[in-house]
Amino acid sequence: MTTTLVTGVTPPHAHPFWRRALLTREAAVIGLLAIVIVVALAVVPNFDSPLTVTYMLREIAPILLIALPMTLIIITEEIDLSVASVVGLSSVLTGMFVQAGLPLPVAAVLAIAGGAVCGAINGFLVTVVGLPSLAVTIGSLALFRGIAVGLLGTAAVTDFPEFWTDLAKANIPGTPIPGVMIPFLVLAIVFAVVLHATPFGRALYAIGLNKEAAHFAGIDVARSKFTLFVLSGAMAAFAGVYFTLDYGSARGQNAMGMELQIIAAVLLGGVSIFGGRGALHGVIAGVLLIGTLSRALQIAGVSSAVINIITGVLLILSVISAAVLAGARSRREAALGRRRQLRERAKLPT
Amino acid sequence: MFAAIRRVFSARETGILLAAVIVIAVATAINPAFVFSHDGWRDLLLTPSILVLVAIGQAFVIITRSVDLSVGSVVGLTAYLTGRLFIDLPGIPVIVVVLCGVALGAVLGFINGALVAYARVPALVITLGTMYAYRGINVWWTGGDRVNASDMPASFRGLGTGQILSIPFLTIIAAGVLVAAAWYLRNQRAGREMYAIGSDPAAANLYGLPVTRRVITAFVMSGALAGLAGVLYAARYGTVSSNAGFGWEFQAIGAAVIGGVAIAGGLGTVWGAAIGAFLLLTINRALPIIGIADFWQQAVVGALIIGAIVLDRVLAVRRHRRLAAEREVSR
Repeated sequence: MTTTLVTGVTPPHAHPFWRRALLTREAAVIGLLAIVIVVALAVVPNFDSPLTVTYMLREIAPILLIALPMTLIIITEEIDLSVASVVGLSSVLTGMFVQAGLPLPVAAVLAIAGGAVCGAINGFLVTVVGLPSLAVTIGSLALFRGIAVGLLGTAAVTDFPEFWTDLAKANIPGTPIPGVMIPFLVLAIVFAVVLHATPFGRALYAIGLNKEAAHFAGIDVARSKFTLFVLSGAMAAFAGVYFTLDYGSARGQNAMGMELQIIAAVLLGGVSIFGGRGALHGVIAGVLLIGTLSRALQIAGVSSAVINIITGVLLILSVISAAVLAGARSRREAALGRRRQLRERAKLPT
Repeated sequence: MFAAIRRVFSARETGILLAAVIVIAVATAINPAFVFSHDGWRDLLLTPSILVLVAIGQAFVIITRSVDLSVGSVVGLTAYLTGRLFIDLPGIPVIVVVLCGVALGAVLGFINGALVAYARVPALVITLGTMYAYRGINVWWTGGDRVNASDMPASFRGLGTGQILSIPFLTIIAAGVLVAAAWYLRNQRAGREMYAIGSDPAAANLYGLPVTRRVITAFVMSGALAGLAGVLYAARYGTVSSNAGFGWEFQAIGAAVIGGVAIAGGLGTVWGAAIGAFLLLTINRALPIIGIADFWQQAVVGALIIGAIVLDRVLAVRRHRRLAAEREVSR
């Protein structure tokens, strides 16, 4: 459960739990997801086939993986635009290590370590040098992608051991659910517990709400942010290894532009770009919403262009509605506060 | 006089200009044709000209402490509009086409600006959304179609390739826009207010500056210049497919940041952004001559962007210390 700052007269527990849960942004996204699924099942032919589930989940798996650390980063009011470039770079590294004769697990571990180094570079520039993460990661977006493209050029490594590429594509036996969902679920639970049930997680919200206050409350702001950027790099690299095996091809251009899909899904899931607000179940619903919607539209024969338009408009509407609702709430609370003041003043003996 | 010289040497733009001169000098020393041939000289001036326009617009937006991620999509849309106009309305005057491109860009920029200014949502998120949406509209409209050089009249194509006294038309247009934009930002009240808004939006608001209007103006400028760039893109390259201008947003932001426009707003000049764009694309052409595969261009660009913002930070810290020390002394 996220902590919401209540500034007006309504005490935080004026409404029962279920009513508060239903009024959150996360509930709205989950509700929207349910509506999309129901409508798609009713309207889109073949949407209910098991293959739809498989392809949809395989397509969004890298986005799900990277959205986990991205959520934490945006909650601290930072951003990491370089994640898709790290996917490309780790893809290239995996390919080159395998080509050099290393067994795939070793290549994968080395590639993930490489991703962690990329994250550490971002984290160093943000926390030690004190630069805005937007500027840093626009630079490292170009830098990491440039290294990936520079290392392999337009070539591609495709000769991966079949055992591993088959494993990446395999479903959980007896279900249409891809096997990659198992590590994802484990990681999602770990991230959710860390964010919502540990002092570290609460510290991240505090940092996002007010950096100075968090600092004076004894939170090591720099170390927390540095940790998150390293985590983000490592997770992006893990997603890159999966991406490479799933597609059976390591290329410098892999996952180009994916950072935008990830950030769009995180913001759609109710994480505030101003920091301090958001929850992981909302983000997962956000990724699933974009994935389901785009899958359903694809099957219905809608062009990818129109899907892009819908994604863009959805993103804008979701942030604007959040801003408008927040504005309306603060105005209403201010009005209630004024009325209460007047009432109390009237009660005072004159 | 002395102060003026000192100011030139201490300006952020001087360093980046020096870097550009060094790149050109090294490339020319290895292969004189880099500058001293007809094509070399033409490409040196022509290649960066269109990006310069987009980078100037981006500088306006960044100075007011926003960012415009949609410019690449705007370039693509107006480039296709340009081709479409020539195909659907044969005999349409070139000037009308240019005005239509600029107008479409301005409208798209206005949508960005209005959403950012009225909804009070960070420009990063809004323009991320419009970047998707505009590109989507472009792909939807284009379909599998594309515009070819033969679809456009020779007089228009001449605009993209022609020259006067060995200076390409596009370079002259870019230089004209650059001078006008620099004059506006430096000497006009509205331009100065953009710096004030970027330095401290809350203070600017309290002081009574028309923040909303100025932010929208900056986005309209950015959109209109991206629109002009799209028209010139069509003139220069002849073929326009639905991915025209793809990735230009990062190049334009990179150019502005390398040129000393602080991403935190309130600081920098369009001169810097223009030199940044010039440097970026010149490096791209120089790399193969220096013996590095041009695959590495993006890595160099990334390193430059990071280097530029680190340098900015170091200079800012030093200036802050010096001012603090001066204050101590004057006590």
